[in-house]
Amino acid sequence: MPTFEPVLLKRIDKPNSTSLAGYRADGGYEALQKALKMAPDDVTNLVKDAGLRGRGGAGFSAGAKWSFLPKNHPGPIYLCVNADESEPGTFNNRILMEQDPHQLLEGIAIACHAIRSQAAYIYLRYEYGCCYRVLDAAIKECYAAGLLGDNILGTGFKLNVYLHRGAGAYICGEETGLIESLEGKRAWPRIKPPYPAIEGLFHKPTIVNNVETLCCVTHIVQRGGEWFKSMGVPPDPNNKRDQGSYGPKLYCISGHVNKPCCVELPLGVTVRELIDVHGGGVWKGRKAKAVVPGGISMGFLSANELDTRLDFEGPGKVGCLGLGTAAVVVIDDQTSMVDVLYNCCRFMSHESCGQCTPCREGTGWMTKILERIRAGRGKFEDLDLILEVANSMGIIPGTTICGLSDGAAWPVKNAIMKFRGEFEQYIRSGRKSITPAQELMAAH
Amino acid sequence: MPVLSEEIRNRIRAEFPKYPNKRAVTLPALHIVHETFRAVSAEAMKEIAELLELHPSEVLDTMSFYGFFRDAEHPMGAQRVWVCRSISCMLRGGEELLAGLCQRLNVKAGETTDDRRVTLEFAECLGACEAAPCMLVNDECHGNLTEDSALKLIENK
Repeated sequence: MPTFEPVLLKRIDKPNSTSLAGYRADGGYEALQKALKMAPDDVTNLVKDAGLRGRGGAGFSAGAKWSFLPKNHPGPIYLCVNADESEPGTFNNRILMEQDPHQLLEGIAIACHAIRSQAAYIYLRYEYGCCYRVLDAAIKECYAAGLLGDNILGTGFKLNVYLHRGAGAYICGEETGLIESLEGKRAWPRIKPPYPAIEGLFHKPTIVNNVETLCCVTHIVQRGGEWFKSMGVPPDPNNKRDQGSYGPKLYCISGHVNKPCCVELPLGVTVRELIDVHGGGVWKGRKAKAVVPGGISMGFLSANELDTRLDFEGPGKVGCLGLGTAAVVVIDDQTSMVDVLYNCCRFMSHESCGQCTPCREGTGWMTKILERIRAGRGKFEDLDLILEVANSMGIIPGTTICGLSDGAAWPVKNAIMKFRGEFEQYIRSGRKSITPAQELMAAH
Repeated sequence: MPVLSEEIRNRIRAEFPKYPNKRAVTLPALHIVHETFRAVSAEAMKEIAELLELHPSEVLDTMSFYGFFRDAEHPMGAQRVWVCRSISCMLRGGEELLAGLCQRLNVKAGETTDDRRVTLEFAECLGACEAAPCMLVNDECHGNLTEDSALKLIENK
C-alpha cells in the first residue's frame, strides 16, 4: 500500500518549522492570499463542499456550522479556537501548535475572513505552556509582517488574534463551557439552543472550531475540495445520514504499545493497522484486551473488534459513542478492566462541572461503586446498578445540558457489556486493588 | 497598603483592550496574581474585583471553580509538580510514580513540602501521552519518567 504523504504533519521535523520565514519558504500564507480574493461565502461553500467535519469530537460539518451565522449581522462576530485539548489519550493538537503554529494561524485567518470575524480568541489549556510560548511568538511575527492587524496583506481585512489561557478544566473543551470561561465565569455549559452561531461569546454570533479542523481549512483553500475528498471514506450509500469521512486525520496511539506516537493517515484506518503498523504492536509480546478508539469518552473496543475502521461511522457500529478525538489507547491482557474503568470514572467525576444533577451525582456514584468493587466489597448487583446510573445520564437520554455525561457513561456501558465476565470474576474473587497511589490521592 | 503593586495592576490593565468587557479579564488577572504570590488571598481578590469592576464574590465564584488556584491558607510552593494520573500514564506506571514521589518528598498528593519548595499534585491528562508517564514542573512538561529521573528533575530546578 502506498505510504501516505503527510499534509498536516508535513513540516514538523524541519528545523525552522515554527518560524514565519520557514513557513513562507514552504508556500505559507499563499492560501490566505487566495482566500482574501474570494467572497467570504465562497470560502464557506468551498469548505462545506470539501466535506470537512470537525475534528474536536462531534464531527459536525465545519462549513455547515459557519453557514448558520445570521446574514447581514452588524457584528462583532467571533471565532473561538478550541485549543483546550484535554480528552485523555489525546495530544495531536499539542503537536500541531508546538511544531507548526503558522499552519493554525493561517487557518484561523481564512476562517475569520469566511465568517466575517475580526477577532479570534485561542482558548489554550493552561498546561500547554510550550504551545503558549510558540504561538505567542508566531502571533507577534504575524503582526510585524502585516499578516494580522488592521490591514492584512494590504487588502483592508482586519483581524486580531488573542491567546487566552485556561486554568485546568476539561469542561472548557465543551464549546459553551469554553465561552463561559472566556467571559470570566465558571465553565458551566449553556442550554442549546441558542447555538453559539446565533448567540455565543459576549452574546454575539460565534463559531467555535477545533485546532486540527482549522489546520485543514488552510489546505482545502490551497489545494481544493476535490483533493480533500480524494482521501478518506465516501458515504455509505445505504446510510442516508453518513456525510462521508474525508481528509487526512491525526491519530494518537498510546498505552500498551511499543511505539506511542501521533501519525497522520487518511480517515478510515483500522484499529489493527494503527496498532500493528504504526504503533509498533502491543508491548511485551502481549495481546490487546481492549482498545479505546477515540479518547476515553468513546468507550472501549474488545479484542475481536480491532478491524473497526476509525472514521466517523466505524466506532458507532460496534457500540462506541463515535470517533471522538481519534486517540487510540491500547490496554493489554494483563491489565484489569476494573482498574481501567475506575480511572475513566474518576476522571469524569473530577471534571464534571456540577451543574446537572444526573452528571454530578452520577459520575460520583459510578466512581464510588467501582471503589467499592476495588476494595473487595463489590456485589453482583453493583454491575446492574452502575449500568442503571450510566443509562440515566446524558444528552442522549435527555437529562443533562452537555455531553460530558454521555462521555462518562459510555466507558461504563461498553465495559460492563463487553467485559462483564471479568467484572463478575473480580467481584466473586473478593480481590482488592487499592494501591498506595490511590490512598495518597484519596482526598482531592 | 494594597496587596497588588502598580506593576501587577498595569499588567492586568494591559489585558483590557483585548476584550469588550473587563469581566473577561478575570482568568488572566487571577493567573497574574497567582504567579507572583503563589496564591490569591481574599484581599488580592477584592483588589482584582475593584480593577475589573466586579463584586468580590464574582471573582471568588470563578476562582473556586478552577482547581488551579490556591487560596492564602494553602499557597503553592516554589515549584508546582503535577504528575498525570489519567489513562495513558496509568497504563505505564503513572500512579506508581506519583506514589513514589509522595514517599520520597514526604507529602501526600496536594501538599507542599515543609521547606515550601515543592507542591506535589496529580494532574489529569497532560496531553503528552506518547511519553507516558509524564509530569509538569511549573510550565515545562517532562516525559518517559522513572521515580529517580523525576526526582532529579525536581531537585535540579
